[in-house]
Amino acid sequence: MSENCNNVKLPSGDELILSSSPHIHDNQSVRKIMLKVIVALLPAAAAGVFFFGLPAAGVILLTLASCVAAEAIWFFLAKRPLSPLGDCSAALTGLILALNLPPATPWWVCVLGGFLAIWVGKQVFGGLGHNPFNPALVARVALLIALPAALTTWTPTGIEAADSEFELSTYATPLGKAAMLKTTATPHGSAHGDIYAELATDDAYWNYFIGNRGGSLGETSCLALLIGGIALMLMKLIKWQIPLVFIATVGVFSGAVHFFAPAMTPPALFHLMTGGLLLGAFFMATDMVTSPMTTWGCVIFAFGCGVITCVIRIWGSYPEGVSFSILFMNALVPLIDRMCQLRPFGYVRKKA
Amino acid sequence: MAANKPIPPKPLSFPGGIHPAKDGKSLTEKKAVVAAPLFDRYVVQISQNVGAPPKLVVKVGDAVKKGDLLAEASGFVSVPLHAPTSGVISAVGDAPGPMGTLVPAVYLDADGRDEWTANRMAPLDWRTAEPAELKNRVRDAGIVGMGGAAFPTHVKLSPPPDKKIDTVILNGAECEPYLTADHRLMLEQPEKVLVGAAVMARALGVENIFIGVEKNKPDAIDKLNELAGKYGVKVVGLKVQYPQGSEKQLIYALTGRCVPEGGLPMDAGCVVQNVATAAAVCDAVESGVPLIERITTVTGTPLAAPGNFLVRIGTPVIRLVELAGGVTEEPRKLILGGPMMGFAQRSFEVPVAKNSSGVLLLAASEIVQYDSAGCMRCGMCLRGCPMHLSPGPLSMLIENEKFDLAAQNHVMDCLECGACAYACPAHRPLVQHMRRAKAEIRKRAKK
Ligand code: SF4
Ligand code: SF4
Repeated sequence: MSENCNNVKLPSGDELILSSSPHIHDNQSVRKIMLKVIVALLPAAAAGVFFFGLPAAGVILLTLASCVAAEAIWFFLAKRPLSPLGDCSAALTGLILALNLPPATPWWVCVLGGFLAIWVGKQVFGGLGHNPFNPALVARVALLIALPAALTTWTPTGIEAADSEFELSTYATPLGKAAMLKTTATPHGSAHGDIYAELATDDAYWNYFIGNRGGSLGETSCLALLIGGIALMLMKLIKWQIPLVFIATVGVFSGAVHFFAPAMTPPALFHLMTGGLLLGAFFMATDMVTSPMTTWGCVIFAFGCGVITCVIRIWGSYPEGVSFSILFMNALVPLIDRMCQLRPFGYVRKKA
Repeated sequence: MAANKPIPPKPLSFPGGIHPAKDGKSLTEKKAVVAAPLFDRYVVQISQNVGAPPKLVVKVGDAVKKGDLLAEASGFVSVPLHAPTSGVISAVGDAPGPMGTLVPAVYLDADGRDEWTANRMAPLDWRTAEPAELKNRVRDAGIVGMGGAAFPTHVKLSPPPDKKIDTVILNGAECEPYLTADHRLMLEQPEKVLVGAAVMARALGVENIFIGVEKNKPDAIDKLNELAGKYGVKVVGLKVQYPQGSEKQLIYALTGRCVPEGGLPMDAGCVVQNVATAAAVCDAVESGVPLIERITTVTGTPLAAPGNFLVRIGTPVIRLVELAGGVTEEPRKLILGGPMMGFAQRSFEVPVAKNSSGVLLLAASEIVQYDSAGCMRCGMCLRGCPMHLSPGPLSMLIENEKFDLAAQNHVMDCLECGACAYACPAHRPLVQHMRRAKAEIRKRAKK
């Protein structure tokens, strides 16, 4: 037999690729991961559009587009190639930011948010992998502080508007209602804690579960968020410790407070199903770049997120604390990772 | 010694590691070993062992018989080299080596008669032979670690007196994707493997013998188990997880002991040998056959008929490619060894060495390009690392040439197993970084 086996030429020396081991790869890539997370968020986005109508779709598209545009403009101004756009991380940031905005956010707020997220939240630090804070949350919190009115104008869901049981002054979020009830109820008149009863009926819980309640565009439907979140956990694209510990901490903490002081706060289940907890726990606290790399680090990080969320919700001046808690814990990630770094396999302490 | 206490129950696995989804074993795991025909010419590299290269004892024009000495051991950490067949030494000179450089080699033109030497070693009865006799036989047969390390086996069988060895471990994990040579060996010649294990245990004076086999080879486990009792060997099925076959991880999986950082298996009271090495030991002792052939997996999707072949040491890889039916698609990468730790070759003329467990061809579509895109701190590499290092952060230190910090963060413990780079979604060349840091740190330590 010659060099020509089956008429296919064997490459000569120079044509053989020489590179270091390993020679095979998992076939995962940053782009694939980002796209999968985007797909996992689609149920939540769809639920938002279903309950809040077409304007919500506008908010999503606009925010997403402005994030991608912001990244492209940054690269252009920095005279860098546009290729990193292909990793889809800007699009994911845009989607997450949109899901955190009220359903009827004005267009210019969406655009501003997109630029804040990408420029201030990500690129000033050096781009993907270098940003200490979740870019979408940076934008969300910056907007909340700068434009509180635009960020707290909630829309009723299409269904809620027709047969709402709540006739409070605005179509606030359940957490907002709870906070309002707490301040308006006379402390002595409701010692039994049933001041929250109307928020914690079976009907109300059903609505929270499917997403028929006021709130940010993508945070309302527990069902949709669980579908996407559990899918990501099963695909091992997020570290399962983070959502589980985050949610469990909020449940136990708020449950304990409610048990001992029913008037302080609604029951645990209410805390778990309202606000941005599921969106935050599954999709924002788990952001690869800004969460710990070590396994125990993830547990500590998520526990911290849970505690801070509850403290803000129960004693803070904002009804919701998920975003703040994640941002705060983001800042601690390098420290947590250092603390939790494993010893090498077989490590022995050097004898002095 | 506290380290020597086994911690029951056995972990049967180790923390960290990866599970390659496409392990490529199905290409060859059902292919029985076929003896390669005699070829015209063999190219025997002179240095095939870790340590001192053996000293050449033949010259151009010499006629040799199969099993004749080509080179003799030149120190304690060195083994002799034997002629793979009978013929004439046609040249002594440079040949393509496994690391891409030219290495000295003996060119042996076969005479086609394949005649054994008259000086063949006599069979030994290992049950009565003295341990020293067995160790000498292992050295004289030129046996080295055939799983890839190529470390002289007799050295491992002669631990310093202050190290108490109580366990012999045979590595039948074969955790490298694509390779099935050890699998076929255990399935087709279980007795040889077991005898080899018993011989080594006798040489070391220990009675505790384990064979660790990944559970994806149930047929091999069954076959070994049928005979294991006779030789006092315990066959243990291990979790399928890369790198299960790495010495430190294997020792932990089988005994629960950790090899201390920077230490050797003997610091955990163990000696680890590959199953192919054990079979070679059996041949050397029972039949007086030196290490002149081995089972090698010749595989990869470009090949028409991948398989396992019994090949003489010194067979040029091109002959094996032909033996495996030639290629049906143009290969773009040639690897000696497995896909995780093997070495890419620049020539099909590179010969099979004592430690060549596999010849792997990859097509263009299967080749991974690593580039230095930014680390996105996902932590996948951390979870994959069997040594509990932080490859991502380490690689960034190394990129910035902070070798001292890298050393403080235990880069020297890296096995270069490639689990981290395999898992990295940013395709960072993590193993290259580790290698570079290790080389740099060693260089500085020497100064
Ligand atoms: S190559 Fe080194 S750093 Fe990477 S996983 Fe293996 S031991 Fe860990
Ligand atoms: S796997 Fe790659 S991207 Fe992820 S932390 Fe490790 S080096 Fe960074």
